[in-house]
Amino acid sequence: MNNHDRPLSPHLSIYRWPITMVSSILHRATGIAMAAGFIVLVGWLFDAASGPDVYAKFLGVMDSTLGCVLLVGWSYAFFYHLSNGIRHLVWDTGRGLEIGQATASAWFVIVASIVLTAAFWWVAS
Amino acid sequence: MVRHRGVYRANGSILVGGVMSLRSPLGRVLGLGTAKDGTSHWWGQRVSGIALAVLGLWFAWSLATLSGFSYPEAVAFISQPVNALLLLLLSITMAWHSYLGVQVVIEDYVHGHGLKIASLLLSRYAHFVLAAAAIFAILKLGIGA
Repeated sequence: MNNHDRPLSPHLSIYRWPITMVSSILHRATGIAMAAGFIVLVGWLFDAASGPDVYAKFLGVMDSTLGCVLLVGWSYAFFYHLSNGIRHLVWDTGRGLEIGQATASAWFVIVASIVLTAAFWWVAS
Repeated sequence: MVRHRGVYRANGSILVGGVMSLRSPLGRVLGLGTAKDGTSHWWGQRVSGIALAVLGLWFAWSLATLSGFSYPEAVAFISQPVNALLLLLLSITMAWHSYLGVQVVIEDYVHGHGLKIASLLLSRYAHFVLAAAAIFAILKLGIGA
């Protein structure tokens, strides 16, 4: 029997992603990104404890273009994961689970994470 | 707590909608489910997550307002007692929270049984190493200063 011409059920690449799906994937992606960032945080502490020479190498790596892109990425990951984590805590109380509310809070979290990241770098600069 | 709606019978079993639940009375009391760790993973994520919201905001604010990241400035920041204490709490809590999160991702995406067990072991050891390295570095700078 030839099954090749039968219609397939729509999958991720076919339908428009609901924003709640984007926010869910972002939560996991930013969490994994920060797990990698944790290695750099520990590297910062450990290299500082290892003395000026080792620390200079750490600074050299993080001062590169790639290092700066990663730092901006990790700052966004932190503020997104923080904002959406609070959204999860609200859900844990049984509130905000209606489709309209979840859609609105997903947009709110995305906007808040961008604003917080911008504010962070504004304070830092 | 979820209270089963149904008829409790003398032998401890329960009739829900006229169907007998297959969970043993002991299993129902323990409430651990098939993974045998009950709600401890869920609670661990919440407890560490709430702590990290506070510690993370403190750390972000500290980084943003730090005068600079030269060696003397970094050492001065880390070795200051209150900072050292908060950095210890941040590192330990982050290792815990990160382990719980990475565990779920491995369980979801790594399919071979042996590979899954190996990945979970590796992740657990790696998080212990990171936490130990952070604790050692903070104590060395904090006590050595």
